[in-house]
Amino acid sequence: MNIDDLRRVIVAAAGADETLRLAGDITDTPFEELGYDSLALMECAALVEQEYGVSIPEDELAEARTPGALLALVNGSVAR
Amino acid sequence: MGVTAMGSTVVTGMAVVAPNGVGTERYWKAVLAGESGIGALTRFDATGYPSGLAGQVEDFDPAAHLPSRLLPQTDTSTRLALASADWALLDARVDRSTLRDYDKGTVLANALGGFEFTHREFRKLWAKGPGFVSVYESFAWFYAVNTGQISIRNELRGPGAALVGEQAGGLDALGHARRTVRAGTPLVVAGGVDSALDPWGWAAQLAGGRVSTATDPALAYLPFDKRAAGHVPGEGGAILVLEDQASALARGISRPHGEIAGYAATFDPRPGSGRPPGLRRAAELAITDAGLTPAEVDVVFADGAGVPELDAAEAEAIRGVFGPGGVPVTVPKALTGRLYSGGGPVDVVTALLAIRDGVIPASGASADVPSEYGIDLVRGEPRAAPLGAALVLARGRWGFNAAVVVRAATTDKGDRT
Amino acid sequence: MSRRVVITGIGVRAPGGRGTKEFWDLLTAGRTATRPISSFDASPFRSRVAGEVDFDPALEGITPRELRRMDRATQFAVACAREAVADSGVAFAGVDPHRVGVVLGSAVAAATSLENEYLVMSDSGREWLADPAYLSPHMFDYLSPGVMAAEVAWTVGAEGPVTMVSDGCTSGLDAVGYAVRLIREGTVDTAVAGATDTPITPIVVACFDAIKATSTYNDDPGHASRPFDASRNGFVLAEGAAVFVLEELGAALARGATPYAEVTGFATRCNAYHMTGLKTDGRELAEAIRVALDESEVDPSAVDYVNAHGSGTKQNDRHETAAFKRALGEHARRVPVSSIKSMVGHSLGAIGSIEIAASALAIRHDVVPPTANLHRPDPECDLDYVPLTARELTVDTVLSVGSGFGGFQSAMVLRAPGRR
Repeated sequence: MNIDDLRRVIVAAAGADETLRLAGDITDTPFEELGYDSLALMECAALVEQEYGVSIPEDELAEARTPGALLALVNGSVAR
Repeated sequence: MGVTAMGSTVVTGMAVVAPNGVGTERYWKAVLAGESGIGALTRFDATGYPSGLAGQVEDFDPAAHLPSRLLPQTDTSTRLALASADWALLDARVDRSTLRDYDKGTVLANALGGFEFTHREFRKLWAKGPGFVSVYESFAWFYAVNTGQISIRNELRGPGAALVGEQAGGLDALGHARRTVRAGTPLVVAGGVDSALDPWGWAAQLAGGRVSTATDPALAYLPFDKRAAGHVPGEGGAILVLEDQASALARGISRPHGEIAGYAATFDPRPGSGRPPGLRRAAELAITDAGLTPAEVDVVFADGAGVPELDAAEAEAIRGVFGPGGVPVTVPKALTGRLYSGGGPVDVVTALLAIRDGVIPASGASADVPSEYGIDLVRGEPRAAPLGAALVLARGRWGFNAAVVVRAATTDKGDRT
Repeated sequence: MSRRVVITGIGVRAPGGRGTKEFWDLLTAGRTATRPISSFDASPFRSRVAGEVDFDPALEGITPRELRRMDRATQFAVACAREAVADSGVAFAGVDPHRVGVVLGSAVAAATSLENEYLVMSDSGREWLADPAYLSPHMFDYLSPGVMAAEVAWTVGAEGPVTMVSDGCTSGLDAVGYAVRLIREGTVDTAVAGATDTPITPIVVACFDAIKATSTYNDDPGHASRPFDASRNGFVLAEGAAVFVLEELGAALARGATPYAEVTGFATRCNAYHMTGLKTDGRELAEAIRVALDESEVDPSAVDYVNAHGSGTKQNDRHETAAFKRALGEHARRVPVSSIKSMVGHSLGAIGSIEIAASALAIRHDVVPPTANLHRPDPECDLDYVPLTARELTVDTVLSVGSGFGGFQSAMVLRAPGRR
């Protein structure tokens, strides 16, 4: 999964605010700044699991503060 | 619960989303022109269902009216409700800085919940498994969803409530909103919006047994007509902003749309008890509550079930209060279909517009009223008439009755607006 | 002088016992009634514990005909209404029906029946069958559940206002609050009010699984609901109902009734923050508490017992603790606070009414029910939560609160009859 895949999943799971710079480099922008709450991230994680078969543990998801961190979790899990 | 001064509760903002018009004035124009929003159900392939006509809101693009963030988490009904609330608050000139946050409440009715959304989630659960159910299902479905979402979007931190009373619930919401204003919350967003035009929601509505099986949209819902054979379900509703008149005046709103002058709710007797039904009593109580007599009511917006037995019962109630032919009666919802919790609030807005413009809209295509009904149904063309006060009636399945009296608001100079 | 409202009859169907007495016995013994879900195969689900009610329609006098038309939640409500009426001693046959109202709360209403019907219409979930002939004639009532309140109205012959309040998890408090207003404003003299929910069905379990709100102590079901404990990890879904007979005080006394409690104050606020999330500061719940106390003309220091929402989610218990401190000040550290959800779980819209029942019984018996399963309090939940064991003390004034999805925050004050 790359950042563009994740971007697509986020928009499907939780939409994209007008003020949001999803089009730019969002890898290290905190989800909070992008306007996404924990509910949005849970929906993202569920979609990732449904589409990629990767299950992200709840406590690790809670620690993922940026798209980059979430991506690392997904790809790390794939690697494991 | 603390009772404060019983000042007038006025309507300072209103918005309609109806099958024959999105936005108050477009809706009103359509109503006066007799334009119907009833047509073939196109939301899904309804072949094989005994009824295939509905009042659909076609002219509404959610993405154009709501932030993208809200779209994945909302049902059609909630999107319509959120947009209507935006327009009603704009109409009332209310923004986040208006009043204290606790001074603004949200009281809505909801009869169907986020049903299309929940149908999708049921399907995911049973076809794919629990892990496929959306995180949003936990709130997109339940009856309080519109109240919560409107409260959040507009920072309304005062009292909130969601009432269920099928088609009567919308008037109960307005009544409870007025009660809430009188108890000290100066501004309450109130009304109701419903939609359930997915295959399951549709089948469930048909299971109620009162939906017309007619195939000609022009003849499918004919309240009080000899040919009446059921109603057409629709989607949509109305949101209103109710305010304590003094508080509204203090923020510069001197010409509100009108006043919620009276309200009452009753319930029909237990089936088989032989006691009289409660609609007439609701009407009389609401008129008394408004400080009026029946002679001072200029028009009745009837429930208009479109089922002969129910039409006859309502005609009897109206006749009982006003005498035979004693008041003009209209059912503009013949042009939209029955909107569940949205029905009463749309009628209240319509009544306020009728008072404003001095014209009673007609009752869709209803034409041939049985003489024994003894009601003066406004048919064919709108009827010009100076209107001071209107009675709006609504009934919900199993015996819910609600009545609201609206009238032109008095200005600070004592004139009726 | 404004009209005052008292509770004169109580009916309860909660996990762990049938009727008000067994409910109170369970609470005061500190026993828990949460257990593995038995009503369907819950093995695919994340949370598999629940507070189920062993409800026997035949024992409740529900006829086969009633059984066919009534959803499970409706059956609960009707059983509770009958118990409450008998308990109150009101002879409804002799009361003017126009002066009787009904207000019933429910969060998910006929969810159980909806799911059953979905399975019928979709060939057990595999494929949608577009033939409504398969559908129950009652399906409309599951879609729009006003009939639940109607059934209660028919039980007592009410012909005044009849309403369903569906404010999610504060429905049970808000329905009673609504009914109290009807009596106070003079619309009715008597009301039958309460709430019911039977949400232990796959779709609802899946909803809360998805947002990870429910407990995963599946291997320790009796200790799965742990409000205020450091080890809590969510609420335990439950079913239940409680219904009350409410009367205008003067009328109740005139007929020789012995009221349980007076409802002296009620307020609700919205947090306008998030559909499921809570801010940590408890601001709006504190405001609801402040207004309910004000209306009761009660100083915060007079509160003898706080019946908490105490759902057992990480977020709620901290939010609520903050709200108590904000609204009650120093008194928050002295007053006993407990959550009966530790014992009977969280029955969504119903629990608010079940908690009103517990509050009224606390006043009647001068006993405060405990918070079960509380062995190691969360350091951020630092009040007196009455761990494990019920406590005898004079209970004249109770504050009962609720918090729910949609941002609803409600507070009710109950006082021993004749306190004002």
